[in-house]
Amino acid sequence: MIREITIGQYYPVDSVLHRMDPRTKLFGTMVFIISLFLADNIWGYLIATLFLAVAIRTSRVPFSFMVRGLRAILFLLLISVSFNLFLTDGQELFRLGFLKVTREGLRMAGFMAVRLIYLVVGSSIMTLTTTPNQLTDGLEKSLGFLKRVGVPIHEISMMMSIALRFIPILVEETDKIMKAQMARGADFESGNLIQRARSMVPILVPLFISAFRRATDLAMAMEARCYHGGEGRTKMKPLRYAVRDYTAYLIYGAYLCLIAATKVAI
Amino acid sequence: MAIRAEHLTYIYNPGTALEQKALDAVSFEIPDGQFVGLIGHTGSGKSTLIQHLNGLVKPTSGVIYYNEEDIHGEGYSLRQLRGRVGLVFQYPEHQLFEVDVLSDVCYGPRNLGLSQEEVMERAKEALLAVGMKEKYWEQSPFELSGGQKRRVAIAGVLAMKPEVLILDEPTAGLDPRGRDEILDEVWKLHREKGLTVILVSHSMEDMARYADRLIVMNHGRKAFDGPPKEVFEHYRELEAMGLAAPQVTYIANRLREQGIEIGNDITTVEEARDAILRLAGKQLSPEGAADQ
Repeated sequence: MIREITIGQYYPVDSVLHRMDPRTKLFGTMVFIISLFLADNIWGYLIATLFLAVAIRTSRVPFSFMVRGLRAILFLLLISVSFNLFLTDGQELFRLGFLKVTREGLRMAGFMAVRLIYLVVGSSIMTLTTTPNQLTDGLEKSLGFLKRVGVPIHEISMMMSIALRFIPILVEETDKIMKAQMARGADFESGNLIQRARSMVPILVPLFISAFRRATDLAMAMEARCYHGGEGRTKMKPLRYAVRDYTAYLIYGAYLCLIAATKVAI
Repeated sequence: MAIRAEHLTYIYNPGTALEQKALDAVSFEIPDGQFVGLIGHTGSGKSTLIQHLNGLVKPTSGVIYYNEEDIHGEGYSLRQLRGRVGLVFQYPEHQLFEVDVLSDVCYGPRNLGLSQEEVMERAKEALLAVGMKEKYWEQSPFELSGGQKRRVAIAGVLAMKPEVLILDEPTAGLDPRGRDEILDEVWKLHREKGLTVILVSHSMEDMARYADRLIVMNHGRKAFDGPPKEVFEHYRELEAMGLAAPQVTYIANRLREQGIEIGNDITTVEEARDAILRLAGKQLSPEGAADQ
């Protein structure tokens, strides 16, 4: 039941994108997002579509998985599309009561919808092909320069990866405790709001206790292995760029040039 | 016939890359009053199987009957079923949440909608049945020792007065004395009250000692089903599944290979002792007679 929640929804298959350095993917996602806001005509969007389609194909993740993420922004999508559609001034096409639809509004709404959809699909390609740990690793390395101005990047990324690591554990734990209480006749579905809130107590108390227990266990295990922060710590799998990463950067460059060219040419 | 399962199949995450068949067409019948041992390697589908028996997990296909009624049939109350088929999860002490021991044990029977007196009576009876004396009843369950917490958790299920009690590795992580005490208490309930018991365990010794019947799971399928003595004769196949026979069975087998005529159905230390004494008696008695 609760198992169906997917956060950090990694999709385990083997593809070029899966093997790519997380930094390359982070940077690629950024490039793609920037390009979406640069593009302002149909050619730009066509190139972005091509770029996205190639990325989807090479990731070997089923398309349905990417679309799944769109459900979360459906409401946002509707609002922004209708605002753009009805509230942009320009050449009037037709009227629905006091709402008028203009040519410019239609265009803006269309671009807005494409932008939002591509944004979500594009970043979900990154999360679907990168494990959360790789992602924080990539972030730590990319943002390493902030250490010099006193930002505790290592600590932040360690906290992030531990938090991410614990999500599935706590979800599983919740599932187990819920089942254990249901085996004792608990009922979480019926009753009014107060009764339902009270029926959560037998889940929350054991869940908190186990979360604290796991936290102290983990801290102890880390200290037992002489963890003392990021200084001088080496990695088992250090991030190293391979040929495919350099190729990817070349493609990003070419892609950005093309997008820029559509702006200048038209 | 307390529980009957027909072609139970359960698939985790169907339709995704993570799809996994946890159970594959498993069928069996468990009559009232039987003590069934359920063994299998980690990931063999034991835990998934037992969660089917009280309706916590719905099979992808297949039917489960309790007293000849389909538990997923229309109008069948799963909550009532869970009172009759009590399931004690692994590390059940992790489900404790109340301020004192007695209130925690009351949780189950109260959910069944019983009167306050009945709830208290059942809770006290269950606590005494697992050997938790009155002096502990007012304590916080979190102040107890590991073994005591586990007993309180088992009492929490027993207080619902189930007809079938399913225990998923009830002795995991306990010291030898705690293990024996808990199993002996379960055995007593089985013998005195006719409770049907399904025990999941990795201890072949416990299985040989308590179970009337052994069901062996392997890769989501039922591999063996029969009295422990018969199942343990297949110790080589069991080993291939990452399981084993009781250690004393291996000793008996080695002795037989050495030409000593000890039976091939020895599964407990007591049986081995008797068999060896019998053999020794046979060989020693002529000499003993000569000495006199």
